[in-house]
Amino acid sequence: MSLRKTPLYAVTSAAVLSLALTACGGSNGSGASGGTWNKNATVNIGSLYEPQNLDNTAGGGQGVTEALNGNVYEGLFRLTDDGDVEKLLAQDYKVSDDGLTYTFTLRDGVKFHSGGELTSVDVKYSLEKVLADDSQSARKSNLEVVKEIATPDPRTVRVTLSQKSISFVYNLSYVWIIDSAAKDLKTGEDGTGPYTLDKWTRGSALSLKRFAGYWGDAAANQQVVFHYYKDATALNNALLTNAVDVVTSEQSPDALEQFKRNGDYTVNDGDSTTKLLLAFNDKAKPFTDVRVRQAVSAAIDDKKLLESVWGGYGKLIGSMVPPTDPWYEDLTDVNAHDVAKAKKLLAEAGYAKGFSFTLDTPNYDPHPTAATFIKSELAKVGITVEINTITPDEWYTKVYKNHDFTATLQEHVNDRDLVWYGNPDFYWGYDDKQVTEWVKQAEAASTTDEQTELLKKVNRKTAEDAASDWLYLYPQLVVAHKNLSGYPVNGLNSQFFAYDIKKKG
Amino acid sequence: MARYLLRRLAFLVVSLALASVVLFVLLRMLPGDPANALTAVGASDEQIAAARHAIGSDRPLPEQFTHWLGQLATGDLGTSFVSSLPVGPEVTARLNVTVPLTLAAFVLAVLIAVPAGFVAAHKRRTWYGALLSGVSQLGIAVPVFWLGMILIAVFALNAGWLPAGGFPQDGWAAPGDAIRSLVLPVVTIALVMSASLIRYVRSATLDVLGSDYLRTARALGESFGTAMWRHGLRNASVPVISILGIELASTLLGAVVVESVYALPGLGSLLATGIAQHDYPVIQGVLFVSTLAVLLIGFLADLVQRIVDPRLRGRLSGGAR
Repeated sequence: MSLRKTPLYAVTSAAVLSLALTACGGSNGSGASGGTWNKNATVNIGSLYEPQNLDNTAGGGQGVTEALNGNVYEGLFRLTDDGDVEKLLAQDYKVSDDGLTYTFTLRDGVKFHSGGELTSVDVKYSLEKVLADDSQSARKSNLEVVKEIATPDPRTVRVTLSQKSISFVYNLSYVWIIDSAAKDLKTGEDGTGPYTLDKWTRGSALSLKRFAGYWGDAAANQQVVFHYYKDATALNNALLTNAVDVVTSEQSPDALEQFKRNGDYTVNDGDSTTKLLLAFNDKAKPFTDVRVRQAVSAAIDDKKLLESVWGGYGKLIGSMVPPTDPWYEDLTDVNAHDVAKAKKLLAEAGYAKGFSFTLDTPNYDPHPTAATFIKSELAKVGITVEINTITPDEWYTKVYKNHDFTATLQEHVNDRDLVWYGNPDFYWGYDDKQVTEWVKQAEAASTTDEQTELLKKVNRKTAEDAASDWLYLYPQLVVAHKNLSGYPVNGLNSQFFAYDIKKKG
Repeated sequence: MARYLLRRLAFLVVSLALASVVLFVLLRMLPGDPANALTAVGASDEQIAAARHAIGSDRPLPEQFTHWLGQLATGDLGTSFVSSLPVGPEVTARLNVTVPLTLAAFVLAVLIAVPAGFVAAHKRRTWYGALLSGVSQLGIAVPVFWLGMILIAVFALNAGWLPAGGFPQDGWAAPGDAIRSLVLPVVTIALVMSASLIRYVRSATLDVLGSDYLRTARALGESFGTAMWRHGLRNASVPVISILGIELASTLLGAVVVESVYALPGLGSLLATGIAQHDYPVIQGVLFVSTLAVLLIGFLADLVQRIVDPRLRGRLSGGAR
């Protein structure tokens, strides 16, 4: 039995509250399989994540990134399939020797969908929109290092930072460049991307049309329609009846068999960045003791859990870092499943007879399943788990804001979110001076190599300390009709670039 | 009759007012803070306070309530906390799906249940009469989502005759597609609804069949058909009408399950999303409109009953006998 069902409410609540703390990797790929394709095709995309509105600084949610990022709106930079950053609307950029001043030269001849030309004023406007007081952008805190934005001429933007930030360019890949003259951004748009918004029917679908005035290569299809579903089964049925050509993120493992057996579909097992965590409150007894955290980590058989939830999909991880992050190292051997070792560690920590703790468990899958599994695993080493089921909203207030918990379960969706272990005020309360220092140095690093070296140390140290127990990495499953190629397959938690999708017939 | 209408209308307005108070207060007793959905994760206390201020949830409840009533009086259902878009047009758009769905299902259910219920009563000693009774009994136990899944599996996934779900993006501007996408949901609701209706029609018919006046009519030489038509039908329809009203109202409210199974952008799915996000204006808007619809349906059912049965005309609210 596989256990990850998506109840009606879970999709929305998870979308709202899954910790969108930094950002997640975007991608683009899946080589075209050759043959001829229809340049005027309509590609129908099925998704569970409908935007709330179309403004990513006004709580548009995960769905707005999926539908509009890269398709309708573009940034100065784009994140590639490997999580690398490449220039997009920025033709070139220079960093001053002190690392504090970035000078961007904008690409020439870029037009907004409304016809206006892209200028430095629009870039300034767009950055300020993310940083505004009422901005709900998940990026906001990362970009608060921006001190000053100057526009010496229409094609030059100069940004001064208050302190060095190696991730600045990476973070810019999430800042949409919007026409400063745009009016309605909640139901309309004015970006520079390969598609314009055709029509958004709330509760049902959002369609995009190829933009004739696009500065780059035209989209490989004429029209893209995102169809929104609340129920994973309804979404699968749509794929089976050709109502949609591709599903951006398959959330129902039960359904995979029928697509795998059927020769008309391709199941793509890509790299995700969503991690399921058993997060201890490292400031609450008994998890203040490293040995207790290590013991709990060693007592739980993550492999069995992953198998029961996702069948053969997903990956085991030994730390917060997914394989697509530059500072990834395979640390699954650290605190690996070993019941004897767990018992020994508990005895050393003075808990030979075990103890009991409350596990705050969000009420949507896969958390309740994981909680039950953990309870039975920990019972084998004498630890009693009380499962306390809470709503996403309660989780946010009780756990995230008030730190009023002993241990909890949560999915963390973003890439590069290891750095939160460097913040002692974060909800899990991991406080290691050395780690905090490394994270700070990494952000102030002059080269990415230096940054990577430092974060690798953080990675290893937090893993050895069992700062949290990283249960597994979710699979990223894109299921598509065989006549489709060129769709993105990796790290799709947010982005779904549609412009390379080729449809036969 | 005019006096009755006035009194009945006053009753409707008072009910609606009471319902809106209950609705408003109960909603705010739910745990959770809508401001959480409006701020980025990691927002400071000031940012959350600012968000509360922006949506007005920091103001005293009576003030919020009168503000809402004021809006309602001008036909404005307010603005969604989450999307910052007006609720009214959204509700209207969803009604374009939910109302045709409910009405079509209702009509189909009546068309199935009235003849079937009559036969089940009149021919209760034949094998098919008993079968009809049995099937309707079984039908009451069938969950609507399960029936929906079965119909999808048979008619959409296997036969490929009808879409498995969804509603055309162009809505009723594409009437053929719109109708096709509503066929299975309508059948699903109608089958479940008719199962319980058959039982009511059957028992109402049984009452009539055993009644003295029918026997008298027959003794006076009327044929069974004429006696039923002149005396039976009218008497049997009175209790059935009030049940029909209740069924119609509960279908309108219960459409949420069917809309979810068939991925229809109806009122129910709007409500479900609103609840998940603590989006009070959306929840209030949907519930207010559905409460209004339910009260109006009850009103109409009463009215029809009084037209059918003169004996009820002396009473304010003509319920089932």
